[in-house]
Amino acid sequence: MNKKVYMIPNPFVPGRVVVIDPDLCNGCNACVEVCAPQVIMPTPGKKNPPVLLYPDECWFCGACVMHCTSPGSITLEHPLNQRVGWKRKETGEYFRIGMQNPPPPNTKPPIG
Amino acid sequence: MSDWLDFVQKGDPAPEWPYPIRYEVHNEDSADVLILGGGIAGCHAAINAAKKGAKVIVVDTGAVIRSGSSGTGVDHWQLACTNPCCKISPEEMTDAVIENLGQWECGIKRYIQCRESYDALMDCEEMGVQVRDVEDEFKGAEFRDEKTKLMFAYDYENRYTVRVCGAKMKPALHKALKKLGVKIYNRVMATSLLTEGGRQGARVVGATGLNVRTGEFHIFRGKATILAMSIPTRLWVFNMELRGLGNTNFDPNLAGAGYAMAWDAGAEFSMLEASTLNPGGFMYTPYGVGNPHNTWYACTMVDANGKEIPWVDRDGRVLETVSERYRPAPGQKFFLLGGGVSASEWSLKIPHPIFHKTRSPNLTPDLPERIRKGEFILPLYADLPGMPEHERRAIFGLMVGNEGNTRVPVYDLYTQAGFDPDKDMLQAPVWPPEAYNIPIFSVPPPPPLWRDVGFCSGGGLVIDWDLRTTLEGLYAAGMQVLGGSDHSTAAATGRYAGRKAAEYARTARDPVVDLNQVRTEKARVYAPVKRKDGIGWKELHAGIARIMQLYCGETKQDSTLKMGLQWFRDIRESEASNAYARNPHELMRTLDCFTRLTAGEMIMHASLARKASSFWLNFTRLDYPEADPEEWNRFVTVRLQDGDVRVGDLPFNYWLLPPNAPTYEENYARHCGL
Repeated sequence: MNKKVYMIPNPFVPGRVVVIDPDLCNGCNACVEVCAPQVIMPTPGKKNPPVLLYPDECWFCGACVMHCTSPGSITLEHPLNQRVGWKRKETGEYFRIGMQNPPPPNTKPPIG
Repeated sequence: MSDWLDFVQKGDPAPEWPYPIRYEVHNEDSADVLILGGGIAGCHAAINAAKKGAKVIVVDTGAVIRSGSSGTGVDHWQLACTNPCCKISPEEMTDAVIENLGQWECGIKRYIQCRESYDALMDCEEMGVQVRDVEDEFKGAEFRDEKTKLMFAYDYENRYTVRVCGAKMKPALHKALKKLGVKIYNRVMATSLLTEGGRQGARVVGATGLNVRTGEFHIFRGKATILAMSIPTRLWVFNMELRGLGNTNFDPNLAGAGYAMAWDAGAEFSMLEASTLNPGGFMYTPYGVGNPHNTWYACTMVDANGKEIPWVDRDGRVLETVSERYRPAPGQKFFLLGGGVSASEWSLKIPHPIFHKTRSPNLTPDLPERIRKGEFILPLYADLPGMPEHERRAIFGLMVGNEGNTRVPVYDLYTQAGFDPDKDMLQAPVWPPEAYNIPIFSVPPPPPLWRDVGFCSGGGLVIDWDLRTTLEGLYAAGMQVLGGSDHSTAAATGRYAGRKAAEYARTARDPVVDLNQVRTEKARVYAPVKRKDGIGWKELHAGIARIMQLYCGETKQDSTLKMGLQWFRDIRESEASNAYARNPHELMRTLDCFTRLTAGEMIMHASLARKASSFWLNFTRLDYPEADPEEWNRFVTVRLQDGDVRVGDLPFNYWLLPPNAPTYEENYARHCGL
């Protein structure tokens, strides 16, 4: 509880938009290079993870994730207002993006 | 530390701009063919100009490898009428699309799409894009041709739309550009066209650009220039709160600079008064909710109790099998479906007898009424598990897996969260019942003032059979061209324009740039970085959108359109002349606002010129309420000459009237350059 508290502006946009895991990220900046609206920017120092400078300009295209050279270190995240649900036909169970204790991932890849 | 605020909280100062700042530093380069915009149209143009031996430069605000509205993929290739399985000729298809849009469409563009989009697709296959069922995963499926292994969407009888695995399309195009020696300027936004002697209406000899990382200035000379940029977007709607800048279907960098630049250069435009509704951030991720549309066509929909919503053909006949949803009605030759060719009925929301001819099967049109009566209980779900296996896999594995902005945001994210199309039914949002009349369920009923430029059949540059604009040296492809557009239109017109521009460049005079014009442009571009205070780009953007909503919104009239123009003139002289930018990124967004001011003025001028309402253009005049009176069934054109707006007109079908030949085929044979 004795952590410092700062005067900082409100979050730029609801949701985190793009989440970078600093432990997995190798700082290659491939995501920076493909991001059309410059949401993601490089930071000083070699191998440092990039920074989300303009998350409010994200259009949720996913190019950053497609080009990540250390898969898993960058994730796209829909804000709560964009999260949808589905129903399992056999059981009637209702699931949704972002729920606690989600069902196990479906690992079937897309075509192509 | 991935959030900028973390820096401050850690006690570090805000990091310095990551790129060297080089405002006003000059770079010059020249090409035979200069291409502005490196999306689908720009890439195909570059490849085809380079194949003709031209020295080619491509300029892109983003990075060509993923930029543009199709940057992250494509799942269906429209109007590929020359594929070996298609039963509709390019001529018949062109006529049908134009008829379905009430004649408000550009025949040159559509014919080129019908005639050579399949060739463009074959080019993509050569570049390594998968366009066939090479793994035989769909062997025996109704939509697969056993001989060619091509897979089709929508109308399985007539087979004019090819399903493609295009998630890696842009990287493949990018590689092809590199291989052909095309010089790519990534992160450079084009800011203006340069004309001979700096004169409006003269030959286009190049363009200026701004590096959006370093702020340096570029002068590009081009014997020929191809505009392959975009329609203006977010002109009426500015709202970043709900889903960032993902509130249109377009790359956030698309402000319409190609429009504004060509306008200032004196090129002629038409149909700019067309617009459509836009729900902005209230929409859901496209194709990310249960729906039976486009990429999800023709998914079974059920209500909350699992009761199936009936599908009907154009005559209201209930379709008993899934297979029938992919077939024309008895007596119907073919149906139209897919972005840009069929959605006019939905965007216009008024049934028109013309739509009957090529209307696709759809959910029963009395669905809203039956929901109100309690026959169907909300929410609705897309019953993928209830679909035949091949169809299910084609919808979710092939199309959602490869369409732009769906591979990661929908396929990957949903399956990682446990969504399994073999078991799960994706929910549709709970909208008011009337909203389900339009099968695009990711989109709620938009606020009436929120609009966007026409998408299915919108305004753009007037072009001839060479895809040349009204200015010498200036060609256009994709969304810049008059009329509707989609991925395959962009590819086909890019391919064609690339050839034509290269052909022109072979004998064109060396371009001479007017230094005064460059100086004036430079002063305009850098003015915002010389101010520290004033108005920021977001305030300017929202203010412009408000003017468009009020004075050029759902209803228009001479007096208020003129007020809108007055507001824009005034904003230019006051707020916009006081706009600041603190780094090259903010400078880009500020210049985008200047672009929107011009684009808004263009639309207001075009709206003033049409003294009649139009059902087809979604254009309502309070002072001229009669819709589409006979004497207004023509394209109204606008352009600048010596700084004044000149209004003109063109007849429907101008492309088949003298001096053109009377048939599509003859014109194509005469001009296509093959």
